[in-house]
Amino acid sequence: MSESSTATPAAGGPPAGSTAPQEPGGKGPGLMSGPLGRNLGLVVALVVLCVVGSITAPGRFVDIDNVLTILRLAAVIGVVSIGMTFVIIGGGIDLSVGALVALSSVWATTLATQALARDFHWIVMVFTAVLVGAVAGLVNGVVIAYGKIVAFIATLAMLAAARGLAEIIANRRTQIVDNPGFRDFFAGDVLGVPTLVIIFALVAVAGWVLLNRTTFGRRTFAVGGNAEAARLAGIRVQRHTVWLYVLSGVTCGIAAVMLMARTTTGSSTHGTLYELDAIAAVVIGGTLLVGGRGTIVGTVLGVLIFTTLGNVFTLNNLSSSAQAVARGVIIVIAVLLQQRLAGGGARRRRPGRDAAAGSPAGAVSGGSAAAGGPAGDRPGDADGRPPT
Amino acid sequence: MSATRQRPFRRLMSTTAALVGAGVLVTGCTGNTPENEGSGNGAANVASSNDETGETVRIGFSAPAADHGWMAGISNAAQAEAEAHEDVDLIVAEGTNDVSTQIAQVETFINEGVDAIVLLPFDGAALTPVAMKAMEAGIPVVNVDREFSSPFAARATILGDNYGMGVSAGTYICSRLGDQPDAVVAEIAGIDSLPLTQDRSRGFADALADCGLDVDNRVAAEFTVESGEEAAANLLQAAPEIDALWNHDDDQGVGVLAAISNAGRDEFFMVGGAGSANAMREIQSGDSVLEATVIYPSTQAADGIALARLIAQGKSMSDLVSQEVPREIVLNAPVVTAENVDQYIDSAFES
Repeated sequence: MSESSTATPAAGGPPAGSTAPQEPGGKGPGLMSGPLGRNLGLVVALVVLCVVGSITAPGRFVDIDNVLTILRLAAVIGVVSIGMTFVIIGGGIDLSVGALVALSSVWATTLATQALARDFHWIVMVFTAVLVGAVAGLVNGVVIAYGKIVAFIATLAMLAAARGLAEIIANRRTQIVDNPGFRDFFAGDVLGVPTLVIIFALVAVAGWVLLNRTTFGRRTFAVGGNAEAARLAGIRVQRHTVWLYVLSGVTCGIAAVMLMARTTTGSSTHGTLYELDAIAAVVIGGTLLVGGRGTIVGTVLGVLIFTTLGNVFTLNNLSSSAQAVARGVIIVIAVLLQQRLAGGGARRRRPGRDAAAGSPAGAVSGGSAAAGGPAGDRPGDADGRPPT
Repeated sequence: MSATRQRPFRRLMSTTAALVGAGVLVTGCTGNTPENEGSGNGAANVASSNDETGETVRIGFSAPAADHGWMAGISNAAQAEAEAHEDVDLIVAEGTNDVSTQIAQVETFINEGVDAIVLLPFDGAALTPVAMKAMEAGIPVVNVDREFSSPFAARATILGDNYGMGVSAGTYICSRLGDQPDAVVAEIAGIDSLPLTQDRSRGFADALADCGLDVDNRVAAEFTVESGEEAAANLLQAAPEIDALWNHDDDQGVGVLAAISNAGRDEFFMVGGAGSANAMREIQSGDSVLEATVIYPSTQAADGIALARLIAQGKSMSDLVSQEVPREIVLNAPVVTAENVDQYIDSAFES
């Protein structure tokens, strides 16, 4: 996916045909091309965690129920992280995700909404949650893009305001979801796979396609890499920024629905510190905090690592404080591993690739791994906007 | 694709308009007026000369933000108690989890010259100096729930019994499982770094040790529904067979119950903590794994208001023989089961 992250804009278009076959570790521009190095660190970390889990808690860790529990717990924060990935790649940050999850969950479980849901269908609650998330995201985006307020500040303000509004609406109470249809649908499973996990998978796949296979995704990379260059290349940067935050808001709405299903409640305390969990997952997933580069697969792996960590610690009856320490250590180790592996990979591959592909795009895709996306190639990216 | 991309601004406008329109619609139909305001915390006062309206006293009240059902119950009960007395003029400071804001609130009370201050500090130690300042200014301070680090900082202190909660829960589990020495007991704690959580866990372990049991699996949540669900989901994987489970807090308990029903487990019984109305309804229903809960009174601050009034008016507690209001009162932590739930459900807080 690094291929798609930095270089796709340029390489994904006309050059794609020529470079793809020569990629050493790639099966074309698919999931595994390029990212191998960068995501390898994450895979290693996840495998190590799983090995530790199955050694220390044999029988209980490698259990289908346990695996499904991990996936189910990862689902909610995972969906939020997908939205966050887009925002961060686009050069922004969204600190309001946790508060938006809380606000959406509260709004979708008010007595009036639930009464409406009883009369029509529980889909009303889903619709309300997603809509609330989208509108709040729209406000974020407009304030940032057109109000010219730094994303950090604007979403910090939304963090405070949205949670406050959630408290006002909920009257600081926990609102119980009493709609049996809603609970049955989301607590159910398809062929043994919980609905929540399926939703997570769908969102992740949709996010991957949107990021790597559409102009929207390419523009996201361009805007995050160099906004000015993107503007000069004809991308409506402000409008695009708005859409990124709307997207993040929508994922928060979806996450709120999932959280309502998981806990059977809507509450203003939902999603506490999600912003940090999501940013941590996105960053260890290899996304640059300054924007311009990132992958969905990395983010998903990042989320899985943290959730598995919590599970392994609980299975071994260890305290949550030790878990917090391990979490910090993992963030550092994962990022270090990534830099080493990706850096080494790039150095090894670069000459051959250059010679073979002979295109500047190829060089950028390999070489920028550790250095961070050089902004210089962005205008080119945008100009040669591929027709996908 | 590139053709349609050329004029998307109009599309953005119309999409935005549609979103906003739908938003207005949704706003209109998502009001949240509860059908019944269940704050049955009104004081059940014993008639005595103390209840006669005396000189009007102004009492300042400050507590952490009501971001949790129990804390909301605290504030509601305190205000209900103040309203029950015509001679109490209650000044409520906006609830805050910021220590310096709370200090400023107390300083404001001192400057206004209130007759008494009821303070549920976010952090007892941090609020001690300012409470001391109030005492030195001649304003009696009633300390609620989280204790100051100096005994001179409060005229009277009302505490819930966290250690006692653990003891109550442990004793109840012992009474059910005392004859099975290898029974599996699990515990879902609250925020582990708080002294109150440590006290509860200590009491629980001590009581269990009395009948030869111990805590086999322990996880910590964060007093929120969501954290309760997550902790419980992992715990249920860690312990495939449980006999009894104590969950420190009924707010997070909603999530714990969700996780339990999700995992389809019912081989054990669960004991709650704090005593929310919701938990009591579960107990009442009789078909839940939640069979008991331990009360951590949400009426502490209301007691604090009552004491502050007596102190400010120079009265004593009429049921006690001694002249003055006691310095410290530790409230009991009773166990609520299906047998006595009717007695407690009216004074429970809504989570």
